Amino acid sequence: MHLTLHVWRQKDTRVKGKMVRYHADDINPDMSFLEMLDVVNWQLIENGEEPIAFDHDCREGICGSCGMMINGVAHGPRRATATCQLHMRYFKDGDTIYIEPWRSSAFPVLKDLIVDRSAFDRIIQAGGYISVSTGSAPEANSVLVSKQDSDRAMDAATCIGCGACVAACPNGAASLFTSAKISHLALLPQGQPERQRRVIKMIEAMDHEGFGNCTMHRECEAVCPKAISTDFIARMNREYLCSLLKG
Amino acid sequence: MELNPKVPSGPIEQRWDRHRFEMKLVNPSNKRKHTIIIVGSGLAGASAAASLAELGYHVLCFCFHDSPRRAHSIAAQGGINAAKNYRNDGDSIYRLFDDTVKGGDFRAREANVYRLAQLSGNIIDQCAAQGVPFAREYGGQLDNRSFGGAQVSRTFYARGQTGQQLLLGAYQALECQIHAGHVEMYPRTEMLDLVVVDRQARGIVARNLLTGRIESYAADAVVLATGGYSNVFYLSTNAKNSNATAIWRAYKRGAAFANPCFSQIHPTCIPVTGHYQSKLTLMSESLRNDGRIWVPVQNRDRRPPNQIPEIERDYYLERRYPSFGNLVPRDIASRAAKEVCDEGRGIGKHGLGVYLDFAEAITRSGVAVIREKYGNLFEMYERISGENPYEVPMRIYPAMHYTMGGLWVDYNLMSTITGLFVIGEANFSDHGANRLGASALMQGLADGYFILPYTLSGYIAAAKLDQVSLDCPAFQDCKSQLTDRVKRLLSIKGERTVDSIHQELGKLMWNNCGMVRNECGLQQALEQIPRIREEFWCNVNVLGGEDEINQALEKAGRVADFLELAELMCLDALERAESCGCHFREEFQAPDGEAQRDDEHFCNVSAWEYTGDQRKPVLHKEPLKFEYVTPTRRSYK
Repeated sequence: MHLTLHVWRQKDTRVKGKMVRYHADDINPDMSFLEMLDVVNWQLIENGEEPIAFDHDCREGICGSCGMMINGVAHGPRRATATCQLHMRYFKDGDTIYIEPWRSSAFPVLKDLIVDRSAFDRIIQAGGYISVSTGSAPEANSVLVSKQDSDRAMDAATCIGCGACVAACPNGAASLFTSAKISHLALLPQGQPERQRRVIKMIEAMDHEGFGNCTMHRECEAVCPKAISTDFIARMNREYLCSLLKG
Repeated sequence: MELNPKVPSGPIEQRWDRHRFEMKLVNPSNKRKHTIIIVGSGLAGASAAASLAELGYHVLCFCFHDSPRRAHSIAAQGGINAAKNYRNDGDSIYRLFDDTVKGGDFRAREANVYRLAQLSGNIIDQCAAQGVPFAREYGGQLDNRSFGGAQVSRTFYARGQTGQQLLLGAYQALECQIHAGHVEMYPRTEMLDLVVVDRQARGIVARNLLTGRIESYAADAVVLATGGYSNVFYLSTNAKNSNATAIWRAYKRGAAFANPCFSQIHPTCIPVTGHYQSKLTLMSESLRNDGRIWVPVQNRDRRPPNQIPEIERDYYLERRYPSFGNLVPRDIASRAAKEVCDEGRGIGKHGLGVYLDFAEAITRSGVAVIREKYGNLFEMYERISGENPYEVPMRIYPAMHYTMGGLWVDYNLMSTITGLFVIGEANFSDHGANRLGASALMQGLADGYFILPYTLSGYIAAAKLDQVSLDCPAFQDCKSQLTDRVKRLLSIKGERTVDSIHQELGKLMWNNCGMVRNECGLQQALEQIPRIREEFWCNVNVLGGEDEINQALEKAGRVADFLELAELMCLDALERAESCGCHFREEFQAPDGEAQRDDEHFCNVSAWEYTGDQRKPVLHKEPLKFEYVTPTRRSYK
């Protein structure tokens, strides 16, 4: 396959970036999208040009490091697929592909396709945990969890924190990410003692980081590599209201 | 160099309890006066950082990722072992201990393994309390499944994402402590060297990957939780950025490197498709619970799998190992796959693959049950290969996966450098010559949650720790050496990419120090590696600057260290003139082709001491005594 790429190049946060055109030749349909970029980078280095910088690590769709806008869609055209798991067989010979970093004011671009997602960590810091110091846990089977609740909690907990939800949202909201953690912990009996405090603190943190508000466009669900449902956003809103009323 | 394993005496069941009691304690109000550096934020690092911070220590935690949640522990799929005996199927601490020692082919330290088995239950308790959504039975209790090398069901899991869920549990505990101000987190910061002052580990020098600034950090103790070194092989199931730099630098500062040649090949990975391949993807071992492994009976049978009748299929693991069948340990399953492929019966375009077939399980239990158990793994397989495993068998082949070798540590998890602790995959301790499935998560968390917090406190309480200043020569020299090294890497401006040299090294290591090794191949590799290293230092091309994000520069530094470590691995493989676990030397096999151990000469840990770049490292041996599990030839027949 031969492709034309338009890739966002930006030296650092302070400098303005621009789209640059590259040719990707001899691309094999079995390559992953990142392997295609590897091949382009090898060619760039051989020509004495700086390679395109992008975050990536596990290349198994689980670490959440990678992510880019591919033809305007976060993680590209395949549903429930992270960029590293997207394969070139879903593109055609001769295609033109536009590649950009996540676009959101809460995720400043650091270089080329790399953005700063540390705001997500700060949302978790605000309350995305169950406080249980090492050693203080009871026997595991002394707390029963219905299979249904456990499965539902797992559906939410599967979030990889890649940030595609924010990038896809017209408002730049982090509601899917935040609601997934709130729901995961609220669904479990272990999460009950901190339930109200958690949702209030995490939503405060989310607003503080400059993420937008959710107006239920559901773009986030459409691009989420783990297909996390916007039902969790509804759950978060309910949790929030109840907590405010009880508080 | 003295190797004192410091294993307590007395009955094995009581050693850890007694040792915990005998260690000195640090007064709670004094703990905050002590700074601890933890490098790495995977299961071991994050759990240690959170636990030490909860105790009151001042913790500095470093990771090269943008967030601690991205460490490669996250990719572990199948599960975590614990001797809870919830299934009433005969499991016990002793049985988990026995399975692990035996699975490691009698090359692990008994007392360490026993402690690991003892703590396994506490890990499940801790993680369940954190809200890890483990799989449940309809009655609400925790569910279990089976893994290789065991005949009991003791593996706890969260779909095919157990590592992710356990890591997020530890990560959340860590974030809680960051919020409380007890941990200072340094993401996108890579440790480049260890600083030793008066023979004590007292700090590190690290590079800020955003600004390129090289900074020093001082502490009362340093903990390395930096994972394994499978990426020496270029292609492995490890994350692309996993590297050996931290442990290699510690080795060069005086920490002994133990059993470097013990590298595990995982039998069920997706086969390589082309030269551009950047990494290999593992398919969880749990799939072997229901999948049957086979190849055609005939050589070079190119028919599609569903057209090959039952009678013309060879379920070679079930045939050769009737009692364990498809659940034999990883080393055995991997070599058996290689053998059938070497015979010409491998499948796929390159003949390097075997089938993992779910047809029978789907007929028996129905698609819904199989989807429930393995749904996400099947999806992942389909995304990568373009084939639907509900309809056609998966194609799998072994790939480099885990390194049992690592820095030598004593019972307290302290290396041969005083004050330098090593936990998780980075140390060598518990898995001997072969790790059993679902034991890596167990070991990482046992080290981080339940062992290190005690032993490190014991060290701090007893150590004489003088004030160190970042201006002292040890820090200054280290920093200037690293600055020079960065400049040197950027000034070579040769003609080859870092990746191409790494690929060359990886290929050599896979062929000569991989699944099967022999003297001639190892000698050859020992001649070739210095040549590749020279090529690297003369002809690599690293573009970009030093004071900015420069991924090529990061990669170059890591590959430079792999080029040195590779040599030590081959040297160790050559010196160990026996076959044991993953280390299969062709010259040493039983008449039936199984590994032939030599307990008379090699019942020891091989710990290598660095003596200078131009000199051969010195080998020290820690003899292994087996007082509880009698070494026998492993038999899974």
